[in-house]
Amino acid sequence: MSKSSSFLNRSKTFFAEIGDMTYFAGRFFRELFSRPFEFRELLRQCYNMGNRSLFLVIVTGFILGLVFTLQSRPTLTQFGAESWMPSMISLSIVREIGPVIIALICAGKIGSGIGAEIGSMRVTEQIDAMEVSGTNPFKYLVVTRILAVTLMLPLLVILGDAVALVGSAIIENLKGGVSYTLYFNQVFDALKFSDVFPATVKTFFFGFAIGLVGTYKGYNCAKGTVGVGEASNSAVVYTSMLLFIIDFIAVFVTDIFYTL
Amino acid sequence: MNSEKHKKPVLELKDIKKSFGDNHVLKGFSLTLHEGENLVIMGKSGSGKSVMVKCIVGLIQPDSGSIRIKDQDIITMGQKELDFLRTEIGYLFQGSALYDSMTVRENLEFPLRRHKDKIKNFQGTEASVHEALKSVGLLDAIDRMPAELSGGMQRRVALARALILKPKIIMYDEPTTGLDPITANEIIQLMRSIQKEYNTSSLIITHDVDCARVISNRMILLVDGINYAEGTFEELSNSKDPQTRAFFKN
Repeated sequence: MSKSSSFLNRSKTFFAEIGDMTYFAGRFFRELFSRPFEFRELLRQCYNMGNRSLFLVIVTGFILGLVFTLQSRPTLTQFGAESWMPSMISLSIVREIGPVIIALICAGKIGSGIGAEIGSMRVTEQIDAMEVSGTNPFKYLVVTRILAVTLMLPLLVILGDAVALVGSAIIENLKGGVSYTLYFNQVFDALKFSDVFPATVKTFFFGFAIGLVGTYKGYNCAKGTVGVGEASNSAVVYTSMLLFIIDFIAVFVTDIFYTL
Repeated sequence: MNSEKHKKPVLELKDIKKSFGDNHVLKGFSLTLHEGENLVIMGKSGSGKSVMVKCIVGLIQPDSGSIRIKDQDIITMGQKELDFLRTEIGYLFQGSALYDSMTVRENLEFPLRRHKDKIKNFQGTEASVHEALKSVGLLDAIDRMPAELSGGMQRRVALARALILKPKIIMYDEPTTGLDPITANEIIQLMRSIQKEYNTSSLIITHDVDCARVISNRMILLVDGINYAEGTFEELSNSKDPQTRAFFKN
């Protein structure tokens, strides 16, 4: 009885939170198109999020390309299909692995950062101070951050994909003696618009999810330092789960669209 | 006290009620703040003082009652009107609430971004920031981060930020809490000088009897969500009622 009532309560809380988050997202779209616009803060956030994630994305992308090529090589060699390596790697990275891995990395770096920053502002009454001074804190803190991640993540993913392909080319050059020109010619031959476009579109949704969950968790943070920790932690957990759900939907929709 | 009553009321609360679930915090609290008056609200921790102040500035919506600032009902007011009216009110938060990612200068510039036109004879952002910091004696700290300042200095910067839009009403939420006696006294003197310089009306929430004695024109004791007692510091401190007297025992 107690187990079932506890499950019921948790389900209620879960669905109530989804409802709150949907309302929060609705408020974002309402405030997005209403004046005054916080352009300076938006640019500052774009710079912070893009610039501060560059190193992490470059390192992650490079290692991703190296490891993926090293792991795939023996299997393809076994079947005598080494020449397929550039096209297989590029399709896998651009269509799926690149966007998902870079988005997960950014969920950890950007999402938790947003959750902790806004959460600590809530706890220390900085958000109240902003409201009392006649500034709309939702517009200043939430709208700018969600928009900044939505705009920056696709750029970070494109960069991460490119670096991953460079990493892969280096391994192919060292292990298989494939020249860089040949490698990249094969990569660009393999990639079609139908591979790049849907993969890029879904990164906007990934960015939106990271921004939305991070700001929601921070803005509705419970009192105290424990609340800030929880906001930061749950921002990453929820976002990671949401990214996979969005990815599944994106792949499903793309598949339907291209089989029509 | 009588002279205060002849002055125009700038803030009126009538029968404010606010509950959080089963916790009935305010059970019909009323007050009137007159022009140029320093009204002190005293009450035990958790008696609803901060909730009451947050209701006044529209951060919390009361369940019932009316709040009028300069003859405008803030409960029925739209967001834009409320934002504009908020520029008439300075608010000193208990923990200062300085924006910790901004310098002192940026903290003071922040309220000016959208409301410069509200200030009569606006001299420019730089001049306004300098003037506000000068009035709290912290012009040297203009480019420092809040984390580099002591608790007393943070409180002064927060006070400068509350003053930057030249408000007519200032709310002080426990202005001396967490400060040593010397710094607390400096803040109290600062509050007095600001009232003279800017001719503001002040609503001060405090536990600090010394602060209440020095600064108050009138006091209200908030007990169990209602006005328990009202009068001057002398009247209340000499009251025969044991609960009232308990507030003034050091």
